[in-house]
Amino acid sequence: MTYLAKFRVWRGDDKGGDLADYKVDVNEGEVVLDIIHRLQATQSGDLAVRWNCKAGKCGSCSAEINGRPRLLCMTRMSTFTEEETITVTPMRAFPVIRDLVTDVSFNYRKAREVPSFAPPANLKPGEYRMQQVDVERSQEFRKCIECFLCQNTCHVVRDHEENKQAFSGPRFLMRIAELDMHPLDTADRQHQAQDEHGLGMCNITKCCTEVCPEHIKITDNALIPMKERVVDRKYDPLVWLGSKIGRRS
Amino acid sequence: MSRIEADRPVKPVKGQTGVRSPGRANIAARTLRTDKWWFQSALTFTLLSLWVLYATARTVSQRAYFVEKYHYLSPFSSPCVTASCNPAARDFGTWFPHFPPFLPYALIVLPFLLGFRLTCYYYRKAYYRAFWSSPPACAVAEPHTTYSGETRFPLIVQNAHRYFFYFAMLISLINTYDLIRAFRGGNGGFGIGLGTIIMLINVVLLWAYTLSCHSCRHAIGGRLKHFSAHPVRYKAWTFVTKLNTRHMQLAWSTLASLTITDAYIALVSGGVFSDLRIIH
Repeated sequence: MTYLAKFRVWRGDDKGGDLADYKVDVNEGEVVLDIIHRLQATQSGDLAVRWNCKAGKCGSCSAEINGRPRLLCMTRMSTFTEEETITVTPMRAFPVIRDLVTDVSFNYRKAREVPSFAPPANLKPGEYRMQQVDVERSQEFRKCIECFLCQNTCHVVRDHEENKQAFSGPRFLMRIAELDMHPLDTADRQHQAQDEHGLGMCNITKCCTEVCPEHIKITDNALIPMKERVVDRKYDPLVWLGSKIGRRS
Repeated sequence: MSRIEADRPVKPVKGQTGVRSPGRANIAARTLRTDKWWFQSALTFTLLSLWVLYATARTVSQRAYFVEKYHYLSPFSSPCVTASCNPAARDFGTWFPHFPPFLPYALIVLPFLLGFRLTCYYYRKAYYRAFWSSPPACAVAEPHTTYSGETRFPLIVQNAHRYFFYFAMLISLINTYDLIRAFRGGNGGFGIGLGTIIMLINVVLLWAYTLSCHSCRHAIGGRLKHFSAHPVRYKAWTFVTKLNTRHMQLAWSTLASLTITDAYIALVSGGVFSDLRIIH
């Protein structure tokens, strides 16, 4: 069953651009990325789009569909009516390179700023066996495909370009939480999270969780627990007192 | 501006920051969302405002807060420890002289209850979105030129949520005591009425909301790095985690149950109808 869909796709680069109108065939079972590929093949050979696996696992085809941050390959055309005009734009939190392709190097820079796993210095490879209950919290965070939709939708940087230096975004605060919850990690992640990665700027409005294609509970399981751990270290006098008299770690 | 320069700190200029920053895709609309993105915030704004108005009106009215015959005490006036309270409602004694008009009888706990809800991680999301448009909805540009989150006063006080949680636990104990007292018949012995059932539902929901708190989840076991070394706390954490996934629903349910409990007691106390008795 084929129908002619109305699409508006943002075309342009960092100097300017606009939404361009297209009419394009849609077949049963297709996703938005299929339609973008058909546009490339039939009407607009120079349309730039970043994609790779087409299976929701590489995190390449992040964009905004009708204003909502989504993966192009995981958005079924059957979720729209045939009369609807579907608008596709690049992610609006990052500088655009061309058409639907953005420069996400902000995220790679923030990733490098997170110190890696720091086990005790005297621990030899193979000396430690982890139990399932100790790894399952961080296993959830390891599902991240780094599509950066959470970074894109987070209003702290999306709506405030000037915050990009001070705030690492939900994806990398989740990475810090993952490391902090690791039984063997010895680094001071709490102070890092608050002082160097801007955890205090997060006001837990949960948009990162809403857009995550892997359904990771970023806010409830990473950001809020990390905020509570920061409170332990920085704002809770009872925990501070407990640590001084040797009753709390 | 080149791509590499894009995330250098820049002084925000109204109309040229956020999604309209130089270098980003040039789209004038604050959002291209086609769904009713404003509905959730509008609903939250309306319901929370109505609840605050109701709770304020009822707490300052100093009226119809107690049904002496069955010992139904409204949660909005508990504990009643001022000389202005009905003597039968003063189970915890008389700590204060007569209150002037408009001063809530439960003044001693209301700041803590208010603080617990205001600093609650769920309510923060709700009112940041609905009352402060920060953001109004996901992927909808907020109207503010600058943003510092919870890094400065007053919002840095949100970090005190765990202390409000400790007080909320104590207040839940008081509510539980009020419930036990409400199992009273008209002759002074044991009895159950519709008011008792409503108070029971309210107290169960209040406990569930309080225990599902993110600070409780952290204190009970979330702060640990090594679950396998603390199996009992891990079990407790698992239980609280299950409750925690319902924190939003419990937050709203308790607002409803508090309102219904108070309204029922007010109506019975005011003589609008009599309590439906199940036992005595």
